[in-house]
Amino acid sequence: MKFSSRTTRLPLIATAIVLVALFTVASILYEGFFSWRVVANLFGDNAALGIAAVGMTFVILSGGIDLSVGAVLAFTTIFVATLVQNRGVHPTVAIPLALLVGTALGTGMGLLIHRYELPAFLVTLGGMFFARGMAFVISSESVGITHPLYIRVLEFGLPPGAATPLSSTALAFLALLAAGTLTVHGTRFGRNILALGGSESSARLMGVPVGSTKVAVYAVSGFCSAFAGIVSTFYKSSGNPADGVGFELDVIASVVIGGTLLTGGVGTMAGTLTGVLIFGTIQTALTFDGRLDSSWLRIAMGALLLIFILFQRLLTRART
Amino acid sequence: MKGDRVVGMPARSRGISLLWPLLGLAALLVFNLIFTPSFFHLEMRDGHLYGTLVDILNQGAKVTLLALGMTLVIATGGIDLSVGSLMAIAGAVAALLVTQTNLPFVAVVGATLALTIVAGLVNGLLVAAAGIQPIIATLILMVAGRGIAMWITHGQIITFERASFVFVSNGHFFVLPFTVIIVLTLLCLTVFVTRRTAIGLFVESVGDNETAARFCGIPASLVKFLVYGYSGLCAGIAGLIAASNIKAADSSRVGEMMELDAIFAVVVGGTALTGGRFTLVGSVIGALLIQTLTTTMYNLGVPPAIAPVPKAIVIVSVCLLQSERFRSHARGIFLCRAR
Amino acid sequence: MSEPVLKVRDLVKTFGPVKALDGAGITLRAGEIHSLMGENGAGKSTLIKVLTGVHSPDGGIMELDGRTIQPRSTRDAEALGISTVYQEVNLIPTLSIADNILLGRQPTRCGFLQKKRMRQRAQTALGRLGLILDVRRPVGSCSMAEQQLVAISRALDIQARVLILDEPTSSLDEREVEFLFKILRRLRDDGMALLLVTHFIDQVYTVSDRISVLRNGAFVGEYRAAELPRLELISAMLGRAFEDVQQLRADAAELEPAKTGAFLDAVGIGKRGVLAPMDISIAAGEVAGLAGLLGSGRTETARILFGIEPADSGTLKISGQPVSIRSPLQAMKQGLAFCPEDRKSEGIIPHLSVRENIILAIQATRGPLKLLPRAEQETLAAHYVRTLNIRTADAETPVMNLSGGNQQKVLLARWLLTQPRLIILDEPTRGIDVGAKAEIEKLVQTLRQQGMAVLFISSDIEEMVRTCQRVVVLRDRRKIGELSGTDVQPDRIMNVIAHHEG
Repeated sequence: MKFSSRTTRLPLIATAIVLVALFTVASILYEGFFSWRVVANLFGDNAALGIAAVGMTFVILSGGIDLSVGAVLAFTTIFVATLVQNRGVHPTVAIPLALLVGTALGTGMGLLIHRYELPAFLVTLGGMFFARGMAFVISSESVGITHPLYIRVLEFGLPPGAATPLSSTALAFLALLAAGTLTVHGTRFGRNILALGGSESSARLMGVPVGSTKVAVYAVSGFCSAFAGIVSTFYKSSGNPADGVGFELDVIASVVIGGTLLTGGVGTMAGTLTGVLIFGTIQTALTFDGRLDSSWLRIAMGALLLIFILFQRLLTRART
Repeated sequence: MKGDRVVGMPARSRGISLLWPLLGLAALLVFNLIFTPSFFHLEMRDGHLYGTLVDILNQGAKVTLLALGMTLVIATGGIDLSVGSLMAIAGAVAALLVTQTNLPFVAVVGATLALTIVAGLVNGLLVAAAGIQPIIATLILMVAGRGIAMWITHGQIITFERASFVFVSNGHFFVLPFTVIIVLTLLCLTVFVTRRTAIGLFVESVGDNETAARFCGIPASLVKFLVYGYSGLCAGIAGLIAASNIKAADSSRVGEMMELDAIFAVVVGGTALTGGRFTLVGSVIGALLIQTLTTTMYNLGVPPAIAPVPKAIVIVSVCLLQSERFRSHARGIFLCRAR
Repeated sequence: MSEPVLKVRDLVKTFGPVKALDGAGITLRAGEIHSLMGENGAGKSTLIKVLTGVHSPDGGIMELDGRTIQPRSTRDAEALGISTVYQEVNLIPTLSIADNILLGRQPTRCGFLQKKRMRQRAQTALGRLGLILDVRRPVGSCSMAEQQLVAISRALDIQARVLILDEPTSSLDEREVEFLFKILRRLRDDGMALLLVTHFIDQVYTVSDRISVLRNGAFVGEYRAAELPRLELISAMLGRAFEDVQQLRADAAELEPAKTGAFLDAVGIGKRGVLAPMDISIAAGEVAGLAGLLGSGRTETARILFGIEPADSGTLKISGQPVSIRSPLQAMKQGLAFCPEDRKSEGIIPHLSVRENIILAIQATRGPLKLLPRAEQETLAAHYVRTLNIRTADAETPVMNLSGGNQQKVLLARWLLTQPRLIILDEPTRGIDVGAKAEIEKLVQTLRQQGMAVLFISSDIEEMVRTCQRVVVLRDRRKIGELSGTDVQPDRIMNVIAHHEG
């Protein structure tokens, strides 16, 4: 298979064009759509999706897949909510603990995948069942969070005092996105991930520590899923074990629409951001419209997926 | 080497051993025999058979059907993630036709199944002709399918009362629930068609070594194309049963996660995700094992929501049992102990 | 003469029952280009993989500058200064040139890549080869020649002292080869020890100072290139002292070509970039051979005839009737059969039983619906297990549990069952034990006597001579000669291979 720089850049440009086009059409159709408030909410409302997508980008770039993100998110929300609300644990203790648990779960799955050469698909499916079940073990009902710290964090926004500031969840997303971008595109670890996804056998022959990279990637995804769960507790002021069913699908779709090849090795964090924003824009436009129900979100995402996958296939095939 | 043969079994040909899935199922049944004796209670009422075992067969019908289609897809080295969404589409279309038209129910079933077969064939086209990885190709319909189903029903839950439709999931045929009859019929038909013709052999050849199969003159692309159509058919029937069961088309919930249960059933049954040898009976046992597990926990008072945990344990154990590396590891530990 | 840098002796490496290396060795010296020669299965790739730490040897001595070494991974080997450019250039196509050259040793500051310094260092490494490329381009967009050079630059960046090149020229055109050799000579003059593995004899003589030959996993000899006649090199590789290569054919009379007309007659058949247009005809009751070294186009010819890679030029006649073969099934319907070279990845269906593997081709011609009745399958399988002497517990054993020779016989049974009129056998005896080899050779003669046409491909030149009445000689993916009757002699064939001016 031959790759040109077009394989990397064209999908990204195409997604960006789709995003701009969607936003423009929505701005023309719906009054008040073209506003700072919509943009700020785009980041705030889709923070959990975006954060999980950052983690998923790591996994997919390495040539793997993680189906457990939605369940890990749900587990984290109820884990934190129960600790804070029912056990009186301070959020500053509960939150790091939840992140640790998420990372440990990801690491465990990564170890199984690497050590025993198991298909990522099945192992993370197991992880998904496990996390979902454990979420319900903790509590079968939604738990609201009323801790003062939560209220203070929710009131926080940048710039302070603005009419519609960027919310704290949006800021968390942007911070994680920045960290993800730096890691993937600016470190040796990032290059090793891209090499692993580009060609595992070559990477091994070129001296890339394939095993530890693989495990690390799933650990990162576990961390991000847990982080997404924490953001979700802030966004909803509650934890719910039934949260995020089918969430992994939205996450994978956003990443792929962002131009990351599901086969691994090619993709950018900027693309993932674009994919998430496309998802958010369609969703916002649907609420503005009011006549169209949420089924259109899924149909539109499916159509975009189809177009982008065929497009990528053409790009890679045309040169073979 | 592909490790798709169960530990300790002689590597015989017609060959995936059903021993392990059967042992698993038996273990569960014995467990129930001890802890919930009523589990095995059967009684005849109005000429119909009732009891927990019958419920398991009845409630497991949907996953069993999906697993039948999934088995053939996986045997070719593929996977079909779209079956859950296809169930939703089938339910939506059938409910719409039943409530909005006067078409006879047979025609409704025919139209619905034709639609899901075509949808499955589209997956097949993406895989066989466009050369897209199966997991990606079917992801598209998995995402869009549910949306399409919701669009068909306008986001509403369409309820219906048509007796013939309600009968599909709630009726009895002689002593058994009608769903059990459907599953048995399709199982027999599929076993017959795959094993009494060369189709099964072709499927296994393509999944085991596609290049070699091509070099023998086997139409590998056509085989791959068609199995997705068959998976679509199975999903369609499962969708009809699901809708009939609740007398409504609930597009947003029906068939959710069921594709994963189906894949799980196939793997537990002994067919390897890498393709090749398949066993339809094994997949049925796998599906029943899942359903029995769920029912057992329900009987024990474990909330249904927690059911995924033991499921996760089973799935990872099965994966490990099939892993060549884990087996050599385990043997190593065992030998160390023995010394 | 300079001191040896890397000295390897008596290497042994087995993979299950197969002895890949059995007393292999090589001595590399600084400032020399050393070529490693050997036919398929001689152990060249395994030797290289041992040198670079991919495989660890079961026995033998490896010394670098007189000190014993045991590289356990590619990383180890690189740290020792042994770098390799593999045949299927092992780079990451999706990453940029600079990333590929520096993967794993990028310059960093506070953990972050210094992209500008990466570009500079990559450019410097390429510069040593006299090359100017945009190092930000993905490697996948480079030509094969450029990829080779990028891989070499990667080796240079680690200051390798030993550079191993595995078939570096197999996908380069003449101009690119020349450029590559210029670079290799420059590296040699800088004092590097280079090991070149290639099957292009002309290139070996153009560029190497010294030649080592491996055969059947064992070291055959080391020669100075200038003092080794081509014919002697080829006989060293093919396994018989030159003096002995004489008049092997015992009963030439029995091997007279059949007097019937051609069963298959191809004129100008070829495919762009795969095989130059060539003529070939095979008569019923004749064994025609395709001779040539590895990569000469033997397998390609077979694949084109069988419709796996359909021809884009020329005409094909079967029994005098013009036909077009675009797929294996069409070829089978014309009475063709093909036992591919790579038994494992193109022949057997590993998890299926001996019986199922045997009936697969005949079943494919019957179509999917008309299943051969089980009883008949068992009879047929039992018949072939008996007549071909296939050693297996029973016909229900998965074919992967059989030895190589018996797997080969299963494949032969598969095709004989279709009652072909022409059977193409691509390296049917490679990697199987002597007994099975003799049985297969005998079978070919039996088939010929029964009036079947056979196209026989083998790297074993004596086997070709024993088996074929007519030999078509290929080199560099074109036909360069044809020998028949009493001309089918090892020395004649070697002469054609060695001395044809391409």
